[in-house]
Amino acid sequence: MFFLIFKRFVLGLITLFIVSLITFIGVEILPGDACTSYLEREAFGEALAACIKRLGLDVPAHERYLSWAFNVIQGDFGYSLSGQMQINEVLGPRVKNSLVLASAAIIIGIPLALILGIITALWRDKMPDIIISTVAIFSMTIPEFISATLLILIVAIWLEWLPGIVIVPTDVTFFELLPNIILPVIAIAMIMTAHMARMVRSSVIQVMASDYIQMAILKGVPYWKMVFKHVLPNALLPAINVVALTIAWLLGGVVVTEVVFNYPGLGRLVIESISNRDLPVVQALGIILASIYVSINFIADLLTLMLNPRLKTLQTRK
Amino acid sequence: MENSKNIFNEDPKSSLVKVLDIITTMASKPSGFIGLAILIFHVTLAISSPWFAPYDYKAINPSLMLNAPSSEFWFGTDSLGRDVFTRTILGGRTALTITFFGSIIALLWGGLLGIFCGLVGGRIDDIVMRIVDAFLSIPWILAMLLIVSLLGTTTEVLIPALGFFYGKGIVRVARAATHDVIAKDFIVSAKARGHSNLSIIWNEILPNVRDAILVEGAMRWSWMLLGFSSLSFLGFGVSPPTPDWGLMISNARGLMSFAWWAVIAPIVGLSSLIIGINLTADAFAKALGIDRSTKAPV
Repeated sequence: MFFLIFKRFVLGLITLFIVSLITFIGVEILPGDACTSYLEREAFGEALAACIKRLGLDVPAHERYLSWAFNVIQGDFGYSLSGQMQINEVLGPRVKNSLVLASAAIIIGIPLALILGIITALWRDKMPDIIISTVAIFSMTIPEFISATLLILIVAIWLEWLPGIVIVPTDVTFFELLPNIILPVIAIAMIMTAHMARMVRSSVIQVMASDYIQMAILKGVPYWKMVFKHVLPNALLPAINVVALTIAWLLGGVVVTEVVFNYPGLGRLVIESISNRDLPVVQALGIILASIYVSINFIADLLTLMLNPRLKTLQTRK
Repeated sequence: MENSKNIFNEDPKSSLVKVLDIITTMASKPSGFIGLAILIFHVTLAISSPWFAPYDYKAINPSLMLNAPSSEFWFGTDSLGRDVFTRTILGGRTALTITFFGSIIALLWGGLLGIFCGLVGGRIDDIVMRIVDAFLSIPWILAMLLIVSLLGTTTEVLIPALGFFYGKGIVRVARAATHDVIAKDFIVSAKARGHSNLSIIWNEILPNVRDAILVEGAMRWSWMLLGFSSLSFLGFGVSPPTPDWGLMISNARGLMSFAWWAVIAPIVGLSSLIIGINLTADAFAKALGIDRSTKAPV
């Protein structure tokens, strides 16, 4: 058990090391270095020399990687080109805003997905299942920018209930932010809930068809007692990994939603830094988003291991 | 599965009949039928629309700005006075073409690399899977935006880039499917007969993992279409004045409080196409006996 956790942890670290190599080499082999792409037509003479000096582009690539990686481990991502400030200062409020958005979507999404998933599974192919599943297919297949645009059109423009876009500065306080996040949270939670509910549904259906549930039915265990005591604990275990993947998607993949609602989070920073060709920030974002993905998956693995007694006695797992 | 029954490899049915069989099974359920119908409609429209588009898609006319839908302009006009109907029926062509070829590239490299890793195993498999994991943990949109912003938004950049980033998930599926068949007797005996790896992949493994890979490919196609439209929406896909749904939605969005038609028309076009592909992929998976619903978005 301990060995398994340790192995997972080391694999995660190796993945992150490869990610750091990919982001570094990727920026290196694409045409133009950080300075020429950022300065564009003014990339000559003193401005270029000063920029190269500041980013240390005059030293060989492998030395630059080592010093960059060493600083990143200590939590220092260097300087942003466009804002002339430390990347950590740029990232801080963005991470906070994205966390607010993500936690709100998770708090609404997970319980809703569980309830809907269980309902659709228990009333499989009946009216509730058909209605909920159809809505779920729509909300998970339609692109984020379409559902977000439609939400703005209907709720903000036609009904005039809520503000359509977020117009707050990046370093806004939590309570000022709150009324602005309702629409973005709905847009994100819709997709997330649909994916998770579908997973919960098929997992519950699988368990319902198993031998021990047939046995419980034949023994005459009351229906709801059987659902809560025998079906759900077994059905929800495999759902943990999907929830983890969905959360990881949520933190990295809300770029489009944040742009539609003009929300000052990490996603909009991705677009801003790429439009400004601010390559040091792009590298930092790559590493941060990948670390979030890897650590969430690691936590999900830990949870699965702890909750599944069958895996505790296993020494190795493929 | 059928192959293992016919030891002399004489197919009782020709491959065309098999394909027709699968399509009939897919269309026998309402959701599969709707999906196929939408997909066929969109493909026909994309191929034929240049011949019956009523106006020039790039003709800018300031005197016709933001006209409401009428008998002359069925879906109204946009902020530059261009006919929205013309641009909507032409708007799927680029997206369909790019994502179709992108999916084929993704299927080819992802499927073959996955089968190869599953077959050889060992050190090579470990190294390749670590690299695939690393690529999976980098958000695709960050990588795509970086590539497109530095290399340009031409078709020659977009197709291979999309093909690469959507193929890494197929590697895992193909590898897992290969692991399922690798221990079977017919592979062991092929190895014992001294067949080369290439021959084993082509004659023994491919027929058995083909279904799983094709279903994954169909699913990737709809995700890739979603991804490509998102790029267009963000201004990193096709360049104006090419008609494209993602770009049209992003342009018309700012004025949607007075001209909702210019944003609704491309929304209907893109959503129906993506739903059509999804329903078709679902029906395809069910017709081949594969459960798609346990997959998370990656």
